[in-house]
Amino acid sequence: MKRPFFTQSLLAIALSASLGLGAVATAFAADQYVPLPTYRVGPYASSGTLWWAGTLDYFRYINEVEGGINGVKINYEEFETEWSPDRTVEVYERVKKGKNGSPLAFFFTHSTPASYALIEKAAADKIPLIDPAGGRTESTDGTVFPYAFPLLFNYYSQASTGINFIAQKEGGFDKLKGKKIVTVYHDSAYGRETQAAIKLLAEKYGFENIQIPVADPGNEQSPQWRRVREIKPDWVFLRTWGVSTPVAIKTAARFGIPVDHIIGDVWAGSEADVIPAGAAAKGYQALAPYPGGASFDVHQRLKKHILDAGKSDLKDKKFFGSVYYNIGLVNAALAVEALRTGYQKFGNRPLNGEEGRWAFEHLVIDNARLKTIGFTGLLQPIQITAKDHEGGGAARIQQWDGKQWQLKTDWIQADRDTLRPLIEAKANAYAKEKGITRRDLSKEQ
Amino acid sequence: MSVSTQCALFSLSAAGWITRMRLQVGHWFSHGRVPYAWLVLSLVAVGVPLVSGDYWLNAILIPFLILSLAGLGLNVLTGYAGQTSLGSGGFMAVGAFATYACLIHFQLSFLLAIFLGGGVAALVGLFFGLPSAKIKGFYLMVTSLAAQFFLEWVFVKFPWFYNYSSSATISSPPITVFGWAIASPLSKYYLVLVLVSFLTWVAVNLTRSQVGRNWMAIRDMDTAAAVIGIRVHRSKILAFAISSFYLGIAGALWVFAYLGSAGVQSFSLQRSFQVLFIIIIGGLGSISGNFIGAAFISLLPLLLDFLAHTFFARMVDAGLLQNLQKVIFGSLIVWFLIKEPEGIARFISHLRGRLAVWPLRF
Repeated sequence: MKRPFFTQSLLAIALSASLGLGAVATAFAADQYVPLPTYRVGPYASSGTLWWAGTLDYFRYINEVEGGINGVKINYEEFETEWSPDRTVEVYERVKKGKNGSPLAFFFTHSTPASYALIEKAAADKIPLIDPAGGRTESTDGTVFPYAFPLLFNYYSQASTGINFIAQKEGGFDKLKGKKIVTVYHDSAYGRETQAAIKLLAEKYGFENIQIPVADPGNEQSPQWRRVREIKPDWVFLRTWGVSTPVAIKTAARFGIPVDHIIGDVWAGSEADVIPAGAAAKGYQALAPYPGGASFDVHQRLKKHILDAGKSDLKDKKFFGSVYYNIGLVNAALAVEALRTGYQKFGNRPLNGEEGRWAFEHLVIDNARLKTIGFTGLLQPIQITAKDHEGGGAARIQQWDGKQWQLKTDWIQADRDTLRPLIEAKANAYAKEKGITRRDLSKEQ
Repeated sequence: MSVSTQCALFSLSAAGWITRMRLQVGHWFSHGRVPYAWLVLSLVAVGVPLVSGDYWLNAILIPFLILSLAGLGLNVLTGYAGQTSLGSGGFMAVGAFATYACLIHFQLSFLLAIFLGGGVAALVGLFFGLPSAKIKGFYLMVTSLAAQFFLEWVFVKFPWFYNYSSSATISSPPITVFGWAIASPLSKYYLVLVLVSFLTWVAVNLTRSQVGRNWMAIRDMDTAAAVIGIRVHRSKILAFAISSFYLGIAGALWVFAYLGSAGVQSFSLQRSFQVLFIIIIGGLGSISGNFIGAAFISLLPLLLDFLAHTFFARMVDAGLLQNLQKVIFGSLIVWFLIKEPEGIARFISHLRGRLAVWPLRF
């Protein structure tokens, strides 16, 4: 008789699970709850699995090696969303009250559509939405968007850094005049988000701005690259996503566009974007607010305490130090440092959303701090204020040598002063549409 | 006809109506089940949100009701009129973007805007329904696929539709219905509940009317339907229009009552498949099947996820756990379809039939 045995063992598992859960629950009473919407299955799984391996490894390192943030451990919990905004909204609703006595200090959306969908709900619930190198660009203006943080590198900065790098290569901004810069973009919210910024910069520097869309998913791009060849551009800014990036690189090679004159954007600059393109990708460069590589200090620490101890979430160790893994690491570090800032002000206990906002708005990571946490070269120095929810706005440039990413430059800063009026104008339009009055920062401490 | 005759006729028909209602009510009470079931259902629908939290409203009940409405829309077309379609997502997008245009560009009130949005979707549906005169079955499905892709393209290509925002998304302005601000989850839920109940009631009556019988005749055999004098093409196009109207309203609610902000990605081909699965699982040609199917498709994964989180979090690898949930969900679909190919609605009615004679039969 197999069945009774099966039932019994099932019961035993369920029982032990619930007992184990009880034990875990008491242990987490004074821990900071951090829900993580993930995408380990679905079309973006190949990047998602690495991303959350990086995040989890860093949280484990903080919890187990450093004993938490100032003694407060992180109680992280994963929720699968398959990168669908609906699922992310559902997760947000499920976790917004916190868990086991810990309120929610912030919510990682990790998806621009989800950030858009949640922006009003989160403002009403007073929960900061954190979407590093993504999100709604105008939410950089924290006086209109107190609870949205497009941390580190918003879309306008991505455009501007790309143009600044091109100017550097050409030998100065005056050399940009009359140059032709083509942007090949994924025809989506993400792909269009930089257009206003590039238009402004084209007017400022006098280069010719040509925008060519690629419809999702972008498996076939011959017409687009034929047009690019007719234009004979000096540079191509590639703002694709997912499968459209390797296809773009391969098609460009077929049409004889020199690959070292194609600059990829943040989300077109990982191993997954170049390996499928094969030899055509050799020499391809990309913006890297999250550089690839496993030679940074923090990687040595993780290798010693997490990977070699068998505690890593990474299934295949060869992806240690890949771009997506490092994205996960950097984002986790930003969260950890923000929480640390908050604990210094409010005491070492779980923070709520309002305190979480204060923490992010006072987050400063300078070079000395970067050295201490082992992120020198991997993360740029960052200072966030109530007025500026981005705080960084720089990227390095990395080049694919056929085997791995080589860092070519130090941090290249975006021209944020030029872009700020554009951001404020958009924020004003939003404030007007929704009837929001700007925060008066002089009345806050 | 003189006035007095009219009055007499009117009072006669009124009397007839009252008698019918009496009979009907008597019938309900003698059989017991039906009114109580309805009573309980409406009590639950109105009462549950008062005791449950925001999570239930925002993340479960509102999307469930809207998806049910979308299922209802497609069921009119596929389940009743027998025309296949994969354009549901596209028609939902039309409803959403048209409602947005009415609100932003023409400054109309919300209720008017949403019904106009549905109307525009109906016109678009009517247009894409024209090929159904010549094309049938899977081939028709391909033309509806063209509609889906075309509509997705339109709403990205022309910035007027999303009010020239940089990211091609539309976001809900503050909405009021008869001076009542729809801002809290509870008010949104009641708005959705009222609209969905009303449209369901209309659909029930429609499918039981001449129009509905024509559709079913065409579905079962269109040549025979033509022979008995049904205008086949007109009925088909009408089905397309009404189906798209429902889908359009569902799409608008999806943006304005649920997500608050959405781009055309929310109405991709994946949404079309989701709506199609809802009616296949729930039951083609059944009204309650839409609600059951929507519950199955949208709530069961959440339930599985919840169970996984409660019992197995951190014990099993997260990626594996997610894939296991997909396996279980998939197997359940297969099992249900083997057990009852005509959907869960039929499965439940069979079950009820068996239970009625239960002690005698088993």
